[in-house]
Amino acid sequence: MLSKRIIACLDVRNGQVVKGVNFEALRSAGDPAELAKRYNEEGVDELVILDITATLERRRALADTIHSVARELFIPLAVGGGIRTESDAAAAVEAGADKVSLNTAALSNPSLITTLAGRYGSQAVIVAIDAKREGQRFAVYSRSGQTPALRDAVEWAREAEARGAGEILLTSIDRDGTKAGFDCALTAAVSRAVSIPVIASGGAGGLHDFVDVFTYGAADAALAASIFHYAETSVAHLKDHLAQHGIPVRHAHPGH
Amino acid sequence: MIALIDYKAGNLTSVRKALAAVGASVFTPERPADLEKSEGIIVPGVGHFGATSALDRDWIVAILARVEVGRPLLGICLGMQWLYERSDEAPELPGLGLLDGSVHRLTSDAGDTPLKVPHVGWNSLARRREGILMDGVPQGAQVYFTHSYAAPVTADTVASTEHGEAFASIVERGPVFGVQFHPEKSGQVGLQVLTNFLRLVG
Repeated sequence: MLSKRIIACLDVRNGQVVKGVNFEALRSAGDPAELAKRYNEEGVDELVILDITATLERRRALADTIHSVARELFIPLAVGGGIRTESDAAAAVEAGADKVSLNTAALSNPSLITTLAGRYGSQAVIVAIDAKREGQRFAVYSRSGQTPALRDAVEWAREAEARGAGEILLTSIDRDGTKAGFDCALTAAVSRAVSIPVIASGGAGGLHDFVDVFTYGAADAALAASIFHYAETSVAHLKDHLAQHGIPVRHAHPGH
Repeated sequence: MIALIDYKAGNLTSVRKALAAVGASVFTPERPADLEKSEGIIVPGVGHFGATSALDRDWIVAILARVEVGRPLLGICLGMQWLYERSDEAPELPGLGLLDGSVHRLTSDAGDTPLKVPHVGWNSLARRREGILMDGVPQGAQVYFTHSYAAPVTADTVASTEHGEAFASIVERGPVFGVQFHPEKSGQVGLQVLTNFLRLVG
């Protein structure tokens, strides 16, 4: 049976993980490669590097970060944040990313989805959707949740799939950073509307939030950052909890 | 030396990196004649079966010639699907025909809750019979998949995987090997599978 995936997100700026990190065993707490290695050992299923660097040097810094994270990692690696053009995506892929995540660029230039799917395959193209509740619907926002995109999240997810996206990374703006749990209604609405996998993001606070999003939310994968960075819970502990609740998960070390 | 065939069906950075990690010497043949010096061949690939049309008659003849003399051939994902007679994804295009059967689309309406196709993520390997690629791989070990089409379970199937149906996830027939998953993205289990193939190349 297909496992539900647990994805750890590394928010990176100028080559350093920026959300607080306090793993005691890490030599350099902010080093993305060290953190990636730790998550991998704990059995994380996939990693996302979200680059929030805002300088002209960012592309080189990002390529270096991807390269150092990917070097000893043999699980899928996605890269997002500031991928605007085909050449941005190419630089990320050449540095070792298996998937690129498009957000604002997909909204302003939807044909980029199709271009990248044609060049690297749909499995390499994630469309990230940031959505906010507005009445009975979910509205899409661009530019890190700043600008209304004047689109409905369910309809945009369907369009992204039709244009060649291989996965949807769905973030609830309302829940992001609140630790109040994932927005299961949003996740279920999008997940049931498409046949490609939906990764839920935004709001992870406790272990049971993940059970909820995999059941009520119909999510295929769930992404979190700070819950793992602050070592409030380990990936291994989370997976044990999910398994106890009947959610299929991958144990990285079979037999343990 | 292992020939890693690049026919532009996906990026090969991860495959190269994983092969380097298990100590393989790899080269990318530029023309079919380059295969004459290969001790083993890997055909990777993701995406549409139509992409295999880049491997034209000359490539096919060169690959079959190596298999004929017993050199191991490993198909990964789309590369494995190409080992069969054909695929419903591009019915007009023949496969290599080294394995019996044809590749079909996974169905999404196989129960109460509709399954997602493509099949993306980690799923388990159920051993069907003894096989070289499964050496040292624990029963039920999970590996990373991303595909919409799959090969049927036949006598060549060493391991199968369930997604609405059981499909072939590891196949072996003489010097011909195939894996539907991505060993380069499947953690230690994937590296073990590549190591097992590498031992055959010796």
